[in-house]
Amino acid sequence: MKLHELTIREAHDLLAAGQVSAVELTEAVLERITALDNAIKAYLTLTPEDALAQAHAADERRAAGEDTPLLGIPLAIKDILCTKGIHTTCGSRILESFIPPYDATAVARLKAAGAVLLGKTNTDEFAMGSSTENSAFFTTHNPWDLDRVPGGSSGGSAAAVAADECLGALGTDTGGSVRQPAGLCGVVGLKPTYGRVSRYGLVAFASSLDQVGMLAKDVADAAILLQAIAGHDAQDSTSLDVPVPDYCAALTDDVQGVRVGVPREYFIAGMQPEVETAVRAAIDRMADRGAEVVEVRLPHTEYAVPVYYLIAPAEASANLARYDGVRYTLRADDGGLNEMYRTTRGQGFGPEVKRRIMLGTYALSAGYYDAYYLKAQKVRTLIKADFDAAFEQVDVIVAPTSPTTAFRIGEKSDDPLQMYLSDVFTLSMNLAGICGLSVPCGFDADDMPIGLQVMGPALGEQQVLRVAFAYEQATGWHTRRPPLSNDGKRS
Amino acid sequence: MKLRREEVQHIATLARLALSDEEQALYQEQLSAILEHFERLQELDTEAIAPTATVLPLRSVMRPDEPRQPSSREDILANASATEEGCFKVPAVLD
Repeated sequence: MKLHELTIREAHDLLAAGQVSAVELTEAVLERITALDNAIKAYLTLTPEDALAQAHAADERRAAGEDTPLLGIPLAIKDILCTKGIHTTCGSRILESFIPPYDATAVARLKAAGAVLLGKTNTDEFAMGSSTENSAFFTTHNPWDLDRVPGGSSGGSAAAVAADECLGALGTDTGGSVRQPAGLCGVVGLKPTYGRVSRYGLVAFASSLDQVGMLAKDVADAAILLQAIAGHDAQDSTSLDVPVPDYCAALTDDVQGVRVGVPREYFIAGMQPEVETAVRAAIDRMADRGAEVVEVRLPHTEYAVPVYYLIAPAEASANLARYDGVRYTLRADDGGLNEMYRTTRGQGFGPEVKRRIMLGTYALSAGYYDAYYLKAQKVRTLIKADFDAAFEQVDVIVAPTSPTTAFRIGEKSDDPLQMYLSDVFTLSMNLAGICGLSVPCGFDADDMPIGLQVMGPALGEQQVLRVAFAYEQATGWHTRRPPLSNDGKRS
Repeated sequence: MKLRREEVQHIATLARLALSDEEQALYQEQLSAILEHFERLQELDTEAIAPTATVLPLRSVMRPDEPRQPSSREDILANASATEEGCFKVPAVLD
């Protein structure tokens, strides 16, 4: 097995046994990036010199007797998490030359754990999108078929993991932006409970929904990454001040007696038949292994798209007010103060960001606030209540991650409503603030990966990881790799 | 729910966004279609339902008031497009 193909656990074992150094491992992954990323375009910024220096430091720490799970492990960071001294563009022209003076807490914790940071991965502008097509810089390509999107908004991180251009990555998930690209790229993507990971240094999109998540080659690696970054942070007043359990200890490969809920609202007309077949087969597999499968109802699921696409843009319209040409880089040189604001924002934001600022501003404006924003917040209460009731009956809920496998680049980019509707299975979890992940559960006739979503209640990461790990061990879908030759062409 | 062009212009003014005529026409059409789809929310009777602004229990978060080293002025100003005498510089607010 080649070094870049290793999981975090496998690489750790080789590092701990002294069979490979962090520098060798990092060089191997950097070579992989050099060979492939012209075709995949997962990275916006690469920091090979920093990475090698961090790898060298990790080797020294290991030589001094330290042994932690991420010591010397090469990882990638979505370009919406602040990295001190390293460009953080959020996929936007308006932050094209922004260099943060501090690290996001999640990034700082990875560094403290001895991880090697390779660079920053592509994202839809300000994480607004489901395909990376809204990045101001370029679209990332799905490693399973370069003509298709990797999903989004954490599409750069998902593609980098799928193409072995890193061993794991951080993403962010406001409405499915970790789980959906994970599903479309055939990797594991975990969205923790709202507040489980600090949002400090995560450039804000929709503050009541945003959460840092992780993309990994398997469930155990996702647990390791969560372990490293979870926990209270005084810098984020919404971070939960509750103990962090041992997530790796939850990976027991045993689902005997676990109650698995299946919501009929997640099997809808218009979904790709192969997705339903694969997810139904996965549920049967869990039943075979002793899980108790129960039908549950989430009756307000069909309202998740309008609720999310009113609340998230409303919060975004407030959060993005800070890009005013004064504090952050880009400024249009024009007229007085008000004209400078308008022109800077008109030039600096891309079409989807402007669309959402418009939508959110409208929903909050005088005369429409009650009909749109307040109404959406009330229906959010109903969506959350659906989950509360369901989790009284079951330990986890399983469903498809997306209604289809990866779509073609350009297929939906002219129709924002169709793009929004493709998020139908992931949005509710953010509205309810609960946790969940996507794990590979098969392939369609074109060999495109299918994702199984496993959802748990708030702070239910252990049961989610346990069920996903047991499923993964029983099936092995996660071990399949995209058929890429050394230059990124499909072989 | 069909947005009028003047409404699109009004929202753009509120949001401080300069939009071309083409963009105004596009957003008029797209936002109208999106809002029409969202009308389905009105089907639900939410008279007795409290709104959810955050999933967290509402609470004030307190911490000890301990002095710390703040970010340096130089670091913060480094990303600005124009500065003068250690301050952000903006175009004239008053003529």
